[in-house]
Amino acid sequence: MSPSESPVAPAIPPTGLSVELGRDRPIRLDCGAELGPIMVAYQTYGRLNADKSNAILICHALTGDHYVADPHPITGKPGWWSELVGPGRVFDTDRYFLICSNVLGGCMGTTGPMEINPATGQPWGLSFPVITIGDMVQVQARLVDFLGIDQLFCVVGGSMGGMQVLEWVHTYPERVFSAIPIASAARHSAQNIAFHEVGRQAIMADPDWRDGNYLLEGTRPHRGLAVARMAAHITYLSEPALHQKFGRNLQNRDKVAYGFDADFQVESYLRHQGSTFVDRFDANSYLYITRAMDYFDLAAENGGTLANAFRGARTRFCIVSFTSDWLFPTPESRAVVHALNAVAANVSFVEIKSDKGHDAFLLDEPEFHATLTGFLEGAAAHRGLPRPGAAVVGRSQP
Amino acid sequence: MMVINGNLRVDLRLIADMVEPGSRVLDVGCGEGALLAWLGRNKNVDGRGIELSMAGVSAAVSHGLSVIQGDADTDLKDYPSGAFDYVILSQTLQATYAPKTVLTHMLRIGRRAIVSFPNFGHWRVRLHLLLRGAMPVTDTMAYEWYDTPNIHFCTIRDFLSLCRGLGITVERSIPLDRLGKVLPLPNCDGAANLFADQGLFVLSRQG
Repeated sequence: MSPSESPVAPAIPPTGLSVELGRDRPIRLDCGAELGPIMVAYQTYGRLNADKSNAILICHALTGDHYVADPHPITGKPGWWSELVGPGRVFDTDRYFLICSNVLGGCMGTTGPMEINPATGQPWGLSFPVITIGDMVQVQARLVDFLGIDQLFCVVGGSMGGMQVLEWVHTYPERVFSAIPIASAARHSAQNIAFHEVGRQAIMADPDWRDGNYLLEGTRPHRGLAVARMAAHITYLSEPALHQKFGRNLQNRDKVAYGFDADFQVESYLRHQGSTFVDRFDANSYLYITRAMDYFDLAAENGGTLANAFRGARTRFCIVSFTSDWLFPTPESRAVVHALNAVAANVSFVEIKSDKGHDAFLLDEPEFHATLTGFLEGAAAHRGLPRPGAAVVGRSQP
Repeated sequence: MMVINGNLRVDLRLIADMVEPGSRVLDVGCGEGALLAWLGRNKNVDGRGIELSMAGVSAAVSHGLSVIQGDADTDLKDYPSGAFDYVILSQTLQATYAPKTVLTHMLRIGRRAIVSFPNFGHWRVRLHLLLRGAMPVTDTMAYEWYDTPNIHFCTIRDFLSLCRGLGITVERSIPLDRLGKVLPLPNCDGAANLFADQGLFVLSRQG
């Protein structure tokens, strides 16, 4: 029984697109297991041009999804990059064809631990194989194959999405004309692994986690997942951002209550972040995807020299970091720049001044958006993509 | 002292004219990328830039140029040997921590290096120091000693002596006035060292 024929009603309302991949040729995972067929949920914006040269693959971050510019089906909130997508915007839908898929191991429609294992008819849970960033990218490449696209005009993503961008260039250099890894790194640092471990332990310490079998046992480890989200959320901000937003302001009271309710606004805010997150995210997915990030180390995969990962790549790179991002600080981006310089790759690198921390890549940062627009413009000129509205005029000229 | 000529400062235009069409160029301290943009547009050059200021990098990348944030002292060592036809360092050598290392890297990375810098041997500088006994502040050296980014001033003679020491061939040596125009001076170091506000040099590795 394929997942699409599964008797279990899909948790996700049927917006967006979905495709079954790997029926004839299973996905060979880094851990050695084979997976297939799998479902991949994705979304597209704009139109693919005749020679299929205008496709941009957007890679989402840890808790992101393929609803880049659509209202989220569960929360109803605007898509996570909706301000960047549309006619005349950074990712101009009059010019580019945008693709974003929910990652392997995710919980928004792509095969992951929450979905039904066709072999058993039960949710995968912890029997789902451990996946890597490389596995996610391999699945994305299958989707791009399915869409009939040989070369992507651009692969772009922030944070874990940026890891996927780097993996794309490493694995499929000839398929990536330009690449924009944002607020990312070529390996997950010890500190970042440590934060992820705190999150995982919080989930696994929740009695409702039931050794990962909560879906079968009818419980949900909401408390553990909420704590994981609260801890992680702090790492996405910055001290100045937290200070500006909350300071030591109290929540609906004039003085501290000498108890453990949320006295401070920042506590109340974090609790809210945690409690809303559990409505839209699966705890086991969180374990699997954080693990995939922890395992990511492009230098180690290439004999300990990061430059080897990009040798021969003709991709045009634009690397972006943010001054106040302490989760993926600028030196991580700079290490990638140095590696690319060492193989004389075509690379731009901008550190954007922002006090918004790691999350800056999701927020309104005009200088960041101008950088993206300018880089895409330059890359489009080199790729020979006409400006919107210019193609017809160009053809009519003698 | 910005003189625009075909949208390019005259001294940059002079450099641009030296670059062969279709070549690979690394512009170190490229600012907002005016030279790179001109070279890309007019000479089909594959150009890259390094710039220290965040505003400069941001403007350059927003114009579609391949520019990284970095500086000559720390970032040149990463590039492989022979990656470029030209490595350009305009008005920046005197602001580096290790000019000798920078120069060595430039000629390792590039087949040729194009270097310009303000000449501390100019007669006005000498006179300033002689008569006033104070650090000279001129059009080409517009800072007071306590806030200048220029930490390694040299004369044209000093520079040529360093090139000799490093076994660098000086292919062309062009004396410039303070506006960046070529000075019609006799082809001898002494005259240039006395009368040129700036020196512009095309260098290559010996042998």
